[in-house]
Amino acid sequence: MNSKIGYLIAFAILLVLPFVVYPVFLMKLLCFALFASAFNLILGFGGLLSFGHAAFFGGAGYITGHALKVWGLPTELGILFGALTAGLLGLLIGMLAIRRQGIYFAMITLAMAQMVYFIFVSSDFTGGENGLQGVPRGYALGFIDLQNDLSMYYFVLAIFVAAFFIISRTVNSPFGQVLSAIRDNEDRATSLGYDVDRYKLLAFVLSATFAGLAGGTKTVVFQLASLTDSHWHMSGEVVLMTLLGGLGTIAGPSVGAAIIITLQNYLASGPLGAWVPVVLGVIFVVCVLAFRRGVVGELHAFIKKSF
Amino acid sequence: MLTDLLGIPPQVLFGQLMLGLINGAFYAVLSLGLAVIFGLLNIVNFAHGAFYMLGAFATVAVTQYLGIGYWGALIVAPLVVGAFGAAIEYFLLRRLTGVDHLYGLLLTFGLALVIEGSFVKMFGASGLPYPVPAQLTGGVNLGFMFLPWYRGWVVVASLAVCIATWFLFERTKIGAYLRAGTENPKLLQAFGVNVPLLTTLAYGYGVALAAFAGVLVAPITQVSPLMGSNLIIVVFAVVVIGGMGSIMGAVVTGLAMGVIEGLTRVFWPEASATVIFMVMAIVLVLRPAGLFGKTA
Amino acid sequence: MNILKKLSLSVSALAMVASAASAEISDGVVKIGVLTDMSGTYSDLSGEGAVVATQMAIDEFGGTVAGAPIEIVSADHQNKADIAANKAREWGDTQQVDAFAELVTTSVALAVFEVAKQQNKIALVSGAASSPLTSDACIPTGLHWTYNTRALAVGTGSAIVKEGGDSWYFLTADYAFGEALQGDVTKVVEAEGGTVLGAAKHPFPASDFSSFVLQAQASGAKVVGLANAGADTINAIKAANEFGLVAAGQKVAGLLVFLTDVHALGLDTAQGLQMTVSFYWDLNDETRAWSQKFFEKTGKMPTGVQAGTYSSVLHYLRAIEATGSDDTDTVLAKMREMPVNDAFATNGVLRTDGRMVHDMFLAEVKSPAESSGPWDYLKIVRTIPGEEAYGPLSESNCPTK
Repeated sequence: MNSKIGYLIAFAILLVLPFVVYPVFLMKLLCFALFASAFNLILGFGGLLSFGHAAFFGGAGYITGHALKVWGLPTELGILFGALTAGLLGLLIGMLAIRRQGIYFAMITLAMAQMVYFIFVSSDFTGGENGLQGVPRGYALGFIDLQNDLSMYYFVLAIFVAAFFIISRTVNSPFGQVLSAIRDNEDRATSLGYDVDRYKLLAFVLSATFAGLAGGTKTVVFQLASLTDSHWHMSGEVVLMTLLGGLGTIAGPSVGAAIIITLQNYLASGPLGAWVPVVLGVIFVVCVLAFRRGVVGELHAFIKKSF
Repeated sequence: MLTDLLGIPPQVLFGQLMLGLINGAFYAVLSLGLAVIFGLLNIVNFAHGAFYMLGAFATVAVTQYLGIGYWGALIVAPLVVGAFGAAIEYFLLRRLTGVDHLYGLLLTFGLALVIEGSFVKMFGASGLPYPVPAQLTGGVNLGFMFLPWYRGWVVVASLAVCIATWFLFERTKIGAYLRAGTENPKLLQAFGVNVPLLTTLAYGYGVALAAFAGVLVAPITQVSPLMGSNLIIVVFAVVVIGGMGSIMGAVVTGLAMGVIEGLTRVFWPEASATVIFMVMAIVLVLRPAGLFGKTA
Repeated sequence: MNILKKLSLSVSALAMVASAASAEISDGVVKIGVLTDMSGTYSDLSGEGAVVATQMAIDEFGGTVAGAPIEIVSADHQNKADIAANKAREWGDTQQVDAFAELVTTSVALAVFEVAKQQNKIALVSGAASSPLTSDACIPTGLHWTYNTRALAVGTGSAIVKEGGDSWYFLTADYAFGEALQGDVTKVVEAEGGTVLGAAKHPFPASDFSSFVLQAQASGAKVVGLANAGADTINAIKAANEFGLVAAGQKVAGLLVFLTDVHALGLDTAQGLQMTVSFYWDLNDETRAWSQKFFEKTGKMPTGVQAGTYSSVLHYLRAIEATGSDDTDTVLAKMREMPVNDAFATNGVLRTDGRMVHDMFLAEVKSPAESSGPWDYLKIVRTIPGEEAYGPLSESNCPTK
């Protein structure tokens, strides 16, 4: 009940925020919040550290961009198509990666994503180093002109809220419960008769699909897709957002994304611009050493202790 | 002159094979360092590429400020960077004992960002040039290719270090402790061996190996802050292919992958950047534990 | 329109009432956004020096134009198109930047062109080199100032073919600029009766050129053309020396070499290299005087990209001064009407496709014996008239020309 009120307040704030803050910045923030929430499905609830999620995020960006620019698909369909393609890619990589656990899982996803990255570098349809530019924003539902930043913002907000809702329902569903059980004790889940690999794979594919949804939406917002979004640094950044916000909490990844994106934006325009990677690295180290529950996790713990 | 093989001029084929072997030598030294660290600490050292870069920068610095040149750097740079690595283990990584090993990976990832980011800020992304040492300039015409002396030296030096490491681990008392520490650290501690010190030393040694590769590469490529960041992912794939099991496994897989990459450049150039990842995928399907891995 | 924007508009409306002098300057300030590579491969030939050059143009106006203060904002785009586009969009939306300047690397220029087109703002391209920027990829407000790949091809390419270098192999940076340069040089080589045997694409930026040099060696071409720039060119030349390519009689042709590259390579390695330049500090009294001022601020002599950035910004400000307005179309018309005359160009003409046509120079790197000291690196072999270097307007495929 409490959290419902919290979400309603957050939603109300998001509705009026573009009148105060630069809407393009807010859209970027929402895209990354969705990306991190999707990632949290596999790391926070599945206990599997994927270091290759940039492949889904960036890959869907290219597919959506191509679908809108070259095929002229309607915006919604283009984004959906990007997300589904990311899901398919997730199925392929996931089938390989779940053969190993822990550190190996991280390295395999990283290596497979790097392979995808190199394919993007040398493919014609991605534009390689030039990127895929001039993607049209198009019209939502066929008549709302998304070239207007405000309409675009509410379109992105709608996608974010819908996806966030589905993700949180998934986590609280029986499927999510089994997934958490596997995370906490895989052997026990196996002996209870669950097909552990299938659960893991399904979680991975879901996570990849939503990461793709975020990537496709981002392409529409910025009207371009580039290698930055599929580079492994992006995979690292989403780990950081999730970790900083709070692993395995519903709202944590969004909070983490908001902090990181705001920080990047703030630093980039100041004298500290070139220090952004260093600052991110320091946050990483501090989080790992002293702050493993993340902002939302610590908050939960604090509330539990105090009341 | 040799005739064309399969329509490929021999100088291309043997030339790329040779370059593959040279790259393989780097893969071998780097994956060896990762294997040493993994053995005792059970963590994947994401900062390995950053330490490799530090080795190259240390070479430039040592030459500029100490005036002892390349040959001095070959000794000094790995020692200095290795000591830095040992300090990181002592002050940071040690705090993660008892936590999920994934946090070790994340910590070293953060460290890599800090180290590489600071160097980009200080030296710019394009980096500094470093000359080939005077004794090794020029080269020899092998008939099928022109082999610069320095490239030959890289292969010899890397193999020497790999063999020395193998000897250290398999034939000396310290090596025996290290291997025992991998198997059962608690028991080893009970025998009165200072396991935490051993761990620090192992991490320092693995880092020193990375720095050594950095010294070797300095005259070949531009010494730049991000030189290690993409390389390290290839080395991860090499490690997955070989399995974290054995010293020899790391070395052999490293060299083999370099050669395969060189061959791919000749016969299927478009795939040369991805071939190692493809091999990794195939190995995972056929032998999930890796070629030299012990457990599935 | 958001509240902040409305607020700032009404504030500037008040300011306009208060000061009649700047009545035509949209928000009371002329703001120039310099987007360049501050830390990467191209930071030496552009980077901080381009910001200094822009500031020098502003200083010539005493910091105000048509009664309005001139401001400068700058950012490092790290050679990434997405960072450049996002920054440009943000500058346009939230900071009322009036013109984007420098924009090194083609992918960046193309991305900023998209934004400039949408926001109807002027893009003053200096560092990006691809000739399509004023042809197939042109926009009405995109001005290409310093050079382009066609001019480089005409200068260096034809000179080398005439000396007997009639079979070519390219090492090409794998992005729009490399392809454009290779394409333009190929046209020139073939027109002069030479042949192109092949090309190897290398990643951008690349550090180890050995495997590409081996391919060039095996091709047997007389000339290995480097369709890349900056640190890539330097590394490729070094690898070619290491693998005995030059000793075996093949010629390496740097197609886009800058003064700073010669400085980095040293005269021992670079001597005899032919290069096409848009500017050299030691051309005449005016270039020497301007370059000396630049040297005092940066400790380096300017490259053509930096001098071109200065020239483009200066010309832009002169047009604002002349019209008393910063309206894009008004300024653009005036810029086309006035000849470009400054330390960089003499009687330059801004064409309707966005190309600024001015003379180019074929230069050769001096031997150490010929050089009198640091930065005395080039002797001018030939002046290439602007018409010859850039071709007639009819060659351009720009739809809005």
